[in-house]
Formats: sequence, structure tokens, C-alpha cells
Amino acid sequence: MSMEKEKDLRAVITVVGVDRVGIIARITGELAALNINILDISQTIMGDLFTMSMIVDMGSARKPFVEARDELVALGREMAMEIHVQREDVFRYMHRI
Amino acid sequence: MNYSPQEIIETVKMVQAEHLDIRTVTMGISLLDCAGDDGAVLCRKVYDKIMARAGRLVPVCETIEKELGIPIVHKRIAVTPISLVAAGIPADGYVAVARALDRAAAAAGVNFIGGFSALVHKGFTCGDTHLINALPEALAETQKVCASVNLATSKAGINMDAVALMGRIIKRTAGLTALAGSIGCAKLVVFCNVPEDNPFMAGAFHGIGEPETVINVGVSGPGVVLHAVRESPEADFGELAEIIKKTAFKTTRMGELVGRMASERLGTRFGIVDLSLAPTPAVGDSIAAILEEMGIQTCGAPGTTAALALLNDAVKKGGTMASSYVGGLSGAFIPVSEDAGMIAAVEAGAMSLEKLEAMTCVCSVGIDMAAVPGDTPAETISALIADEMAIGMVNKKTTAVRIIPVVGKKAGERVEFGGLLGTAPVMAISRLDSSRFIRRGGQIPSPIGSLTN
Repeated sequence: MSMEKEKDLRAVITVVGVDRVGIIARITGELAALNINILDISQTIMGDLFTMSMIVDMGSARKPFVEARDELVALGREMAMEIHVQREDVFRYMHRI
Repeated sequence: MNYSPQEIIETVKMVQAEHLDIRTVTMGISLLDCAGDDGAVLCRKVYDKIMARAGRLVPVCETIEKELGIPIVHKRIAVTPISLVAAGIPADGYVAVARALDRAAAAAGVNFIGGFSALVHKGFTCGDTHLINALPEALAETQKVCASVNLATSKAGINMDAVALMGRIIKRTAGLTALAGSIGCAKLVVFCNVPEDNPFMAGAFHGIGEPETVINVGVSGPGVVLHAVRESPEADFGELAEIIKKTAFKTTRMGELVGRMASERLGTRFGIVDLSLAPTPAVGDSIAAILEEMGIQTCGAPGTTAALALLNDAVKKGGTMASSYVGGLSGAFIPVSEDAGMIAAVEAGAMSLEKLEAMTCVCSVGIDMAAVPGDTPAETISALIADEMAIGMVNKKTTAVRIIPVVGKKAGERVEFGGLLGTAPVMAISRLDSSRFIRRGGQIPSPIGSLTN
């Protein structure tokens, strides 16, 4: 099995934290500023815990992957939320045969 | 969405809460073209070649860590056994080669470099003798150099002269590093049937059948397996094996992904994923804890060997499907000082050297990172090594001994190696005398291949 070269650079962003007004707005605003396109989004509330996962295309992002990732992680810290940014390959390799 | 929220959360949890990480990305580098008869020239060539090939290893791995969101705990280098590379130089030049390796490791930013090694299962070349005699000083004077000596194979038998010699070398190494808990011995391992593509230290080296450079990966993940086992307290053994297989598949896939990315970016071959479950000193990242979760009161109690056999086999079955190439040690890897559950088991009096020896029959490494009293005679250490070599030789598997006779310490005390190597409880070792056995010398012949009972 070879690592396919993808035209787009897909990543999975997960956001976990205490629910409040404006979480999605703030994060999607940052993604728009970075020119990262959201392909899919899913969000649930468990108790008072907000969890969101997004599949995004970072292929045309204004910044290299690692820099964009660092900015999003920093934004999470600022919002007291946990934000993880991982290349989609992680999920494809782990969950798809 | 291509993935269910459960799948995404499962993966994130594995890293955040269950210590899933890549234990090591190890770059193998051939140094055969550095050989010559001038020690100083050889040292310069060795340093330059390592820097040329592995100079980018650490930054490349750090970028991959961030892209995947999975820590790569260790970045390491393995080189051609130095007894081959330095066979042409005089005996007094070997410590300088170790220093050159140490400098290269520091400059490349890796925490260990393996390959100050010799393979003597059927006898010694001049280079082997020089290297082994240089071990105590080389290990005392360097920080990052790891050494290994292969003493036996299933095809050649056991070189008992080498077994006797290594007992004395281990004692001398302990003595020269007495002020640091005899830490020199923590960087020295002896093997039977040594693998040539093992990414784990202290036994990693770049075998002569390997390509110019190669990337080998070791996966961690006892915490992930522990969590999966804990979720199924009533599972019978068939179900338990199934659960562990699935979990091992997932963790090994990460090793496969990281190995492919790292080798592609470094412009080198991808070698193997090592399917060993390697513990870290972090609580919850322990092999012993998995065995205890299966229902063993404390690791070492009756049932421990059977539990380990199931665990080890299920990890291999799940891992084999997850990776195109597997190799290295591939078996539960249990350094006593690096596994919180093993340390607790020793201190509770549940785990002994004898039980560790029995566990060798079903897992990869035998006595690993076991501290014993400093006054243990060299012959007793040699005899313990001989036992482990015999298990490997007869069962056609890799076995190893990394034992630390800690100068000034008695059974029941503790020795702190710091950081990577953990804390070792000093274990009791038999006081009975095996010196007459060890003094015989010669070669134990290889075992018969038929009549397999």
C-alpha cells in the first residue's frame, strides 16, 4: 500500500471544551482568515461539553501546515478549548482498511 | 462525514489519554565505506557520514509529529557494527570511535546511537576482541552510545568464551560508571539471535544485509491496549485476543504511516515496523498493568507467563496485518526500570529474575534493565546470560540480557538512572556459585533441528 499523493491536503480538526456562545463562529472565522476550506462538520453537546470535528482542506491555506496548526492550537488555548489538528491520513490509516 | 465522531474521538483519546505514541524512529546507516586503517581518518569519516545522512532526521520527525498530532518520543540512529567498520585500526583507537559516534549523535540531536557492536556467536575476530575490550571505557566516556554483542544463535550455538568475557566486561563497565549508578551497563545488551533491523536501544545496529540507509519504527501503546482490556472485564480469552488484535492493528498503522512519511521525506528506504509493545515510565503505559488487568493480582504471580503469551501473540497478529513489513524484536518489550508496573511488582516481592527468565520463553527480550547487587560475581552474571542464550538458541527466538550490577547497592534498594532509563529496583540474584561451569569455556553446540520435544 502506498501513500497516495492527494491534490488537497486534508486535515481533521477536533474541538473540545465547555459549551458557550460563539465557539463555531470564532473558529470558522480563523479558518476563513487562513483560507482553509471546511469540507464537513459535525458537532454535539455531551452534558455541558462541546465537541466538534471538522474535515478541512488545507491545500490552499495561506500558511504552511505546521504554522496554521500552531495558530489554531494557540487559538484553542486562548478560548480555553482543546483544539487538535491532524492530517486526515491518521484517521484513514487507523480506521479504514 | 467520512469518519464517525466516535472514530475521531477514539483516535484523539488514544493520544491524549492513553499515551499512544511512536516510541522511536530509528535511522539505520551503513558505515562500511568508512573503514580503513587510520583511526583518526575513520573517526572523521564516521562523523561526516552520520551527519550527511541523519542531519535532517530530528527536524523531519518533529514536523511529522505536528502534522499527525502524534508524539515521536525518540529519534535515534543505528550504524553498522563498529567491530566491522574499525577492524583495520589498532586496539587503542576504539574508544575514539565511540566518542566520534557520541559527537555525531549530539550534533544530530538524537538521544541514542546504537551499533558499538560485535557479533561473536561463533568466535572472535581481532576487531571483535578490540571492541569488546574497549566497551567499559567507551560506555563510561560517552553519553549516547549504545553497545550490543551477539553471543549465540540457533545455528551456531553459544560462544561460552564470549559469555564468560561479557560477565567480566559488564562488571568492569559497572565499576567505571559507579558514580552514576553503574549506568554504563544500561547501554550494553547481549543477545542470542540478534535482529539486524531492531529500532530499539540498546540493541539497535544496522545489519550487513541492510541497504545504505533505512528507517525503522518502533510503536508504543501499552496504555491503549490497557484501556481496551479494561473496557471488557468479562471477556473470555478468545474475545480478549480479538480486542488486543484490533487495538494493535490501530497502533501499528500509526507506525506504518510515520515510517512511510519519514522515509519519503528523508529520501531513504522504509525498513520495518517493530511490533513490540514498549512501555514508558508513565503510569498507565505499562505492560505489567495489562497483565494485571487480565486478572493477575500482581505481575509475576502464577498465570503471568500465559497472560503475556496471549498478549504478545495478539499484538503480532494485529500488527502484521497493519504493516507491509514487520521485523526487529517484535514481541512485548519489558525493561524493568521503564515500566511502572514492573517496578511495583519487583518491590512487592512478586517479580523475580527467575520469573523474568520464564517470561522470556514467550516474549522477545529476556532480562532487560534489571539491576542486581553490585557484589554479584562476574561468573554469576555470565551464567544468567548463558541461561537466557540457551532459551533463545533452543526456541529459535531472540533473547537478550541487559543487567546492571549496581556498585554499592544491595537487593531491595533503588537506583535512579534519570529520564529515559527510569528507576530500577535492585533485584535479588541467586548467591549459588556457577563459576566452575563458566570457567569451562568453548562453544555449546547448536541444538538438533528434529526430535522437537
